[in-house]
Amino acid sequence: MAGIIVDDRPYQVDERENLLQACLSLGFNLPYFCWHPALGSVGACRQCAVKQFRDERDREGRLVMACMTSAADGTRISIEDPEAKTFRASVIEWMMANHPHDCPVCDEGGECHLQDMTVMTGHTYRRYRFTKRTFRNQNLGPFITHEMNRCIQCYRCVRLYRNYAGGRDFDAFGSRNHVYFGRHEDGTLENEFSGNLIEVCPTGVFDDKTLMPHYTRKWDLQTAPSVCAHCSLGCNTIAGERYGTLRRILNRYHSEVNGYFLCDRGRFGYGFVNNERRIRRPIFRSNRHDQTIPMDKDMILRELGSLLADKPSRIIGIGSPRASLESNFALRELVGPERFSLGLSARDAGLNSLILDILRRGPASSASIHDVEQADAVLVLGEDPVNTAPRLALAVRQSVRQQPMQLVDKLDIPRWHDAAVREATHAQPGPLFIAAPHSSWFADIATETYHGAPDDLAALGFAVAHELDHASPTATPSPTIRSLAERIAAALRQAARPVILSGTACKSEAVIQSAANVAWALCKIGTPAKLCYCLPESNSLGLAILGGKNLEDAFSVVKNGAADTVLILENDLYRRADTLSVDTFLKTASKVIILDHLEHDTTAKADVLLPAGTFAESDGTLVNSEGRAQRFYQVFPVEGDIQESWRWIRDLAVASEHPGQSNMAAWNRLDDVVAALANAIPAFQRLAEVAPPETFRIVGQKVPRQTHRFTGRTAMHAPLIMHEPKPVEDADSPLAFSMEGYLGQPPSPLITHYWSPRWNSVQALNKFQSDVGGPLRHEMPGVRLIESSDKRTVTYFSEAPQLFQIRDDGWLILPWYQIFGSEELSARASVMAERIPEPALMLHPEDAATLRFKADEQAEFMLDNKSHRVPVKLNAAVPRGTAALTIVSGFTDAVLPTWSPLIRVPEP
Amino acid sequence: MNEVAFRLPIIAGVLVTLLTLSALLIWLERRLLGFWQERYGPNRVGPFGLLQSVADMIKIFMKEDWVPPFADKAVFVIAPAVIIVTVLMSFAVVPFTPSIVVADLNIGLLFFLAMSSLSAYSVVLAGWASNNKYSLLGGLRASAQMLSYEVFMGLSLMGVVMLAGSFNLGDIVEAQRDLWFCIPQILGFIIFLIAGLAETKRIPFDIPEAEAELVAGFHTEYSGMKFGMFFVGEYLGIILISAMITVLFFGGWQGPWLPPAIWFSIKTFLFICLFILLRAALPRLRFDQLMAFGWKVMLPLALVNLTVTGALVLAGHPSK
Amino acid sequence: MLKLLKGIWLVFLRAFTRPVTIQYPDEKPYLPPRWRGRIILSRDPDGEERCVGCYLCSVACPVDCIALQATEDEHGRRYPAWFRINFSRCIFCGYCEEACPTYAIQLTTDFEMSEHDRRNLVYEKEDLLISGTGKYPGYNFYRVSGVRIGGKDKGEAEHEAAPVDVRSLMP
Repeated sequence: MAGIIVDDRPYQVDERENLLQACLSLGFNLPYFCWHPALGSVGACRQCAVKQFRDERDREGRLVMACMTSAADGTRISIEDPEAKTFRASVIEWMMANHPHDCPVCDEGGECHLQDMTVMTGHTYRRYRFTKRTFRNQNLGPFITHEMNRCIQCYRCVRLYRNYAGGRDFDAFGSRNHVYFGRHEDGTLENEFSGNLIEVCPTGVFDDKTLMPHYTRKWDLQTAPSVCAHCSLGCNTIAGERYGTLRRILNRYHSEVNGYFLCDRGRFGYGFVNNERRIRRPIFRSNRHDQTIPMDKDMILRELGSLLADKPSRIIGIGSPRASLESNFALRELVGPERFSLGLSARDAGLNSLILDILRRGPASSASIHDVEQADAVLVLGEDPVNTAPRLALAVRQSVRQQPMQLVDKLDIPRWHDAAVREATHAQPGPLFIAAPHSSWFADIATETYHGAPDDLAALGFAVAHELDHASPTATPSPTIRSLAERIAAALRQAARPVILSGTACKSEAVIQSAANVAWALCKIGTPAKLCYCLPESNSLGLAILGGKNLEDAFSVVKNGAADTVLILENDLYRRADTLSVDTFLKTASKVIILDHLEHDTTAKADVLLPAGTFAESDGTLVNSEGRAQRFYQVFPVEGDIQESWRWIRDLAVASEHPGQSNMAAWNRLDDVVAALANAIPAFQRLAEVAPPETFRIVGQKVPRQTHRFTGRTAMHAPLIMHEPKPVEDADSPLAFSMEGYLGQPPSPLITHYWSPRWNSVQALNKFQSDVGGPLRHEMPGVRLIESSDKRTVTYFSEAPQLFQIRDDGWLILPWYQIFGSEELSARASVMAERIPEPALMLHPEDAATLRFKADEQAEFMLDNKSHRVPVKLNAAVPRGTAALTIVSGFTDAVLPTWSPLIRVPEP
Repeated sequence: MNEVAFRLPIIAGVLVTLLTLSALLIWLERRLLGFWQERYGPNRVGPFGLLQSVADMIKIFMKEDWVPPFADKAVFVIAPAVIIVTVLMSFAVVPFTPSIVVADLNIGLLFFLAMSSLSAYSVVLAGWASNNKYSLLGGLRASAQMLSYEVFMGLSLMGVVMLAGSFNLGDIVEAQRDLWFCIPQILGFIIFLIAGLAETKRIPFDIPEAEAELVAGFHTEYSGMKFGMFFVGEYLGIILISAMITVLFFGGWQGPWLPPAIWFSIKTFLFICLFILLRAALPRLRFDQLMAFGWKVMLPLALVNLTVTGALVLAGHPSK
Repeated sequence: MLKLLKGIWLVFLRAFTRPVTIQYPDEKPYLPPRWRGRIILSRDPDGEERCVGCYLCSVACPVDCIALQATEDEHGRRYPAWFRINFSRCIFCGYCEEACPTYAIQLTTDFEMSEHDRRNLVYEKEDLLISGTGKYPGYNFYRVSGVRIGGKDKGEAEHEAAPVDVRSLMP
């Protein structure tokens, strides 16, 4: 700690911070633009000027930029000094000289950092009388709007896009007061994290294009804390609604998970909630030949109640890794654990439970995204995080800066001094080894990249582990693999905080096991290595902890006649198993009851369809890939019969007078389900600690979802009902569907929006952290349900696979996941259509040559007992003997990897 | 029995006149307030808006007669009746002319004081039965106010009794044949006027229903004709106090040339107008001001008046 | 005490002065142009809607009786997709007019809008939009602001320089 004096009063601050960060942490309102807690300081905007004095006798002082000055012990500054204030006001006035008069039509208005800072410095009247500079805008694709006139040249966008996220197709162009931020030509921003420009830009140059067609000001959105449902990382988000439709997703800061940033899939994938093909009413048909008919809730419950009451033992339930823990547990209670299936094929369920087992059994604990950011060596083994868990890829990009930081510290450069740090380190990124079947642009920062088939990758993993600890088993690797393994092992051995990143993308147990071996070997030699596994879906790990039968068991139970009624929870079975099995299964079952929110191939075969709530219409708990349970909250009350899946199942239990072991009839609130779950399964014992219970109140009040200036209350419902309806009561959470309630800072899981007096933009987040850039005040970071074993003994996996053998009769078709399109829900957002690539098959050029394929020619192959035709792309990164198939538009990874011959379809 | 039969037409006449007058007072008050505030007041219904009272009555009868579910139903219904009954009973002893008086009691003045005390019940019960905090506060204020002001109201009249030597109101009027008591009892008159204002809960003493703080005080929950009865009760109270001032201090029916009934009406009407003028001109007191004024100023003054009058009466009749 | 009596006397004297009442509806009063009556949405001098859907009127409204949805046409011009004022809630405070950055929302001198059914007091955009400029002739927001719309390119607004040629290296 360092003692500094601000305006003649002493304070204690962290000496590793700069003065701006220190002053903001102390609660001062010091204006700034270019500094960002995650991006550091460059001193570009000159807005945070303060007066610094040598000692108490110094009355003159000199102006310094707070963000470029260390908070050294004994620093004496003045924020309120008249010269400093005039300087800051002048800086704003210069910036505003060219700012267009368009706040009313600017999406940033009302949450604009530039507006806030202009008001804060007191610049109120325009004196500039000359012409304003203008720029032409670019079309930056379906996610981001561009309005360069508003730019104040703070350079935050380039620093985020290029330096932080590694994007290439965006830069600063021009010179002097003609500096332009954009692409070299019109076109979609390619980087997977471009959406963060919206939050990072202090004004309205970059805004959310998906918000534009239903534009709503920040104060009019009804917002709730949520957890992203589009991958297994569980990034925290704030979801906003107006007039019954979901309007946008903003980042919700979590110091351990997503920090300040989200990926574009998480930010823009929310559109599926507003999809036209949402299931909004219960649908029923009494027999398979009839058309389905809509039915109201009471009638359908009566109908189903008598159906289920007749034969409680002939019902099986199929859960889902994209449904909340509570809904899955409710289903498990209704049908009984022995008739509850996870809704995953034996292979997928096996992969998930293998990961769970590794994290529980071994000495290496699971890494949070923050841990990955802080890692000084990363080995990516058989995973493609940019496409399967994008936010993690961003973290990996930061990890390569960790090892060079030692040099920075040696040179006595403060770590926040971004330009100097990059100057000192940019030549040598830290160790990052990527071993995957194929990789994306993201490999540009890798120390070494190795492309191989899953078995080869596993062999590499085993070899690395063997290099680190000879007690660990090894296969007989090829010389390439062996020498690479030596180099990787050497780098990992030198690291202090290495992270081994793997996952289910290869669909290979061996890869997952080999990653565990590496981490365990490191632990054994005394390096606290962490393991980071990417899982397929938002609650995959939670479902693994819950446990249940797999899909094949369910198929056979119905096939042999032990059960005939199937209750499917939020699951499209055609994405889980081969078409034939699912077809047979759905046909054999006499009654197929499906609870879901979107129509898909499986719902088309349903006898009864019940409308479930999406993440925005229900509360629940998800367990992310790290094992952290986090609560998401209902954003808005829904009209009609849509309700949480667990409520439907509770209603079914009540209607069939079959209340299950934990008396489901008494489940009136989410907390009741959580308590029952914690009671029933020891692993979930601490589930109630994830977030405050429904009874939680601050000074007797709930936390409002609406801002204190939510508008239109007495007009929005007027055409339907003249009497303003009473706000809907929320029985499940301490949040209220109202603008009334506690307006201060609630515990972190309940933060509905960032706002503080004089801070209307997302930068108000500073006021929610006791130390800017650190944890939130009243942080409840969720509960880590999995902790590594503290045993020092390590039992290595011993079954190292054989090396991959190229076959003559076919190619091993591997899944090639896409950030946009592979995930089921976000692919249903209408805005994604433009970003989802066409299906394609990636081949090694030499393989293509043997088949006489040219690029973009159609290839025919067999998959899931059907032949498919897709165009071929050539890529030298694809291992020989394999082909990578994009998992988009109907192609799923259910039966991949698989062997298939490739046939060239001649051009017509 | 004959006595009663003889009185029946008088009773009927008095009742009809009073109720009609109190209804007309609605119009009169609004009209006068209008003039004193440089506007017209009700002037649309009938000639000069005279039928405004009729319109108001029709309206008030048509309103839903609602008893709140949380109220004490029986008491809630009885309360407004009490005020009408007590005020009307007071009129029984008022000598309108030498011949028109319902009950020529020899303790007429005491009867009037007793009845006006009883009307406090109405307000307290209304406030209590409404089961509403504003009503209860209004009722509490009313009871405190009426109890305080009754003390010196009675005392202020004792001078008159001493001068007249009787509690019979007819005798009191007769005793003013030479000199109206408003001259010797000027202090008593002023005190009675103020106490009367407070007793009828008129501005500036309308704090039991102070709408700025208590919504409508004790009758917040009342609607329809039950509310109307409080309204009528208030106007009857104004007429009663005006009539009593006429009787006690301004020689009742006495006056030259015109018949007694006319004189009585003219004098009473002027006091009614005075009541309305006070409403137009004065602001509402605060509750603590009201209580302090009553106990610290009016009560000592009434006692002084009583002592001085007694002394003078004794001095004037040394033989007795 | 004397002051009280004087006050009562002065009030009494008012009985002999002429009432100031205007006998509406027999007699129509003069209403100044800044009268705060029924709210309208005006058009700019080119006949286009002035409202740009910025939501400032709705946030200024103390009774929250304004609700709207902003949208944008294919050339970038913002306008309200729908705009609703619930006059049964409106208190005619005029804050919306003060808040409006484009002179679109204006209060007029019309106050005769009683209805038997409250629903008739809910005015939609079609009911609010007039064909003229209202009290403020001449002003056109898009002529001043820097955004590009159909018919007005970058650099064509008031006090705007021609768009920068980013590729030029000329000083």
